[in-house]
Amino acid sequence: MLYVERRPEKLIDENGLRTDGRRPREMRPIKMEVGVLDRADGSALVEWGGNRILAAIFGPREVHPKHMALPDRALVRVRYNMAPFSTPERRKPGPDRRSIELSKVIRNALEQAIFVEKYPGAAIDIFVEVLRSDAGTRVAGITAASLALAEAGIAMRGLVAACSIGKIGDVIVVDPGHDEDMWGDADMPIAVMFEDRVITLLQMDGPMDESQFNEALSLGMSCCELVYELQKEALRRPFVFVERKVVGGGQTV
Amino acid sequence: MCSWKEKLWEGVKLYEESIGSSLMKEYMLKELKNGKRVDGRSFYEMREIEVRPGSYTKSCGEAWLSLGGTKVLVGISADIGEPFPDTPEKGVMVSNVELLPLASPSFEPGPPDENSIELARIVDRALRSSKYVDLDKLVIVPGKLVYLLFLDMYVLDHKGNLADALTLATVIALAKSKIPKVSLSSDGTPAVMNEQISVPVSDPVMNFTFVKIGDYILLDPNLDEEIASDAMITMAIDGQGRICSIQLRKGFFRDVEIKKMYEIAREKRKELMSVLEEVLRVGQETA
Repeated sequence: MLYVERRPEKLIDENGLRTDGRRPREMRPIKMEVGVLDRADGSALVEWGGNRILAAIFGPREVHPKHMALPDRALVRVRYNMAPFSTPERRKPGPDRRSIELSKVIRNALEQAIFVEKYPGAAIDIFVEVLRSDAGTRVAGITAASLALAEAGIAMRGLVAACSIGKIGDVIVVDPGHDEDMWGDADMPIAVMFEDRVITLLQMDGPMDESQFNEALSLGMSCCELVYELQKEALRRPFVFVERKVVGGGQTV
Repeated sequence: MCSWKEKLWEGVKLYEESIGSSLMKEYMLKELKNGKRVDGRSFYEMREIEVRPGSYTKSCGEAWLSLGGTKVLVGISADIGEPFPDTPEKGVMVSNVELLPLASPSFEPGPPDENSIELARIVDRALRSSKYVDLDKLVIVPGKLVYLLFLDMYVLDHKGNLADALTLATVIALAKSKIPKVSLSSDGTPAVMNEQISVPVSDPVMNFTFVKIGDYILLDPNLDEEIASDAMITMAIDGQGRICSIQLRKGFFRDVEIKKMYEIAREKRKELMSVLEEVLRVGQETA
């Protein structure tokens, strides 16, 4: 009621620029911070465009309720949740149909990377909190959760990186922003684990012909690879710092 | 940034809610006899307060605040709607606390439990009884149309004393809030303007939580102290040093103890004001 959204006149202007001034193949700025929370076993804050996503891991820990425990592998649970203040118009707290579906596909995307057979009878709980939403929350969430899993020391085959691809008219764009998410013609989130080069999440909404789909898929893979490089750097950063201190003559700070 | 040494230590810490608190308490009492708290603070010393710069919500006012290690994020959302029938000439303010499962291994997903509802009501009572937000000014058409303010308080990292952290963050978030102005057009229908107005607030109210361990009274308990405590109380102090709301949350206190805590809280509020003024000033510059 208080916040009415209007469709921009054009999603791509005569210079080929998008509503936020990006070119079709330009991603939004991404910032990753690992270990933001003390009490969680692993945590990460990802700032992706206007998105602010906080992910935290608890586990491996005892399964509660006990009957849910699996005898041969870990139980991986994901809760994707949007904060009431994550949108201009307040969202009612608690899960809705959308967040339940997203929790499910995010769980699958991450579970492929975890050596679940290493933790029989245990639970690995993954919490993804969308604090501020600005299109592409699920891919930012997967990216954050994957970092948090690594920080928690969960045995993994590799990191899972994710990104979304969109379509405006006949133009394939990477990492659609808010306007493109609302009024664009197609949206395709994708998550990739690069160690095995496998796709662990793929959803699509909106029609694409064969050549458009092929372009979207290969663009999606390359965008995920960029995100993956950033993830590795974010995880490495604290260790680089430690290494430098030792080499520098063992001085304590 | 977490330290890996600390992580290793966490595995053998005794204090996980409910287990080992009696061992922890014994140790605490020994230290308290020597005039020391487990984290080295004096009895009435608060932990460090920090407000994280940046924007983390899409609401009209926010604060990511850390008190010691306790991290909370408060976002204020605004809307317009009908007032409550018993207060037709006042805006509406709704408080909600979410104890997120990522904040502590003992928090579980689900609807608000008694602890989160108690916390929301502690903050709400402090704000209302001190008239921090002037709800009379949030009226558009008396009896028909008023502003609705939703105070959503998110607990991100629970390391003790959520009440004080949430109250302080909410006060800051409200002071920084900007909501779209609504005017009435000539035919009486409301129109949302581009112009923004601030939420009308007065002198900040602050909550102070004390615990009693043995015979010792401590301000701003950390998680260990909270768990080991025999009694816990939260009281709100307004700008004139008046006591605005109290909640005895656990155990019992004696009258002399309560009077003493009121005196301490009144002094502490003055000290905290300087911290808060700094935060609010910076907030206004960036807004």
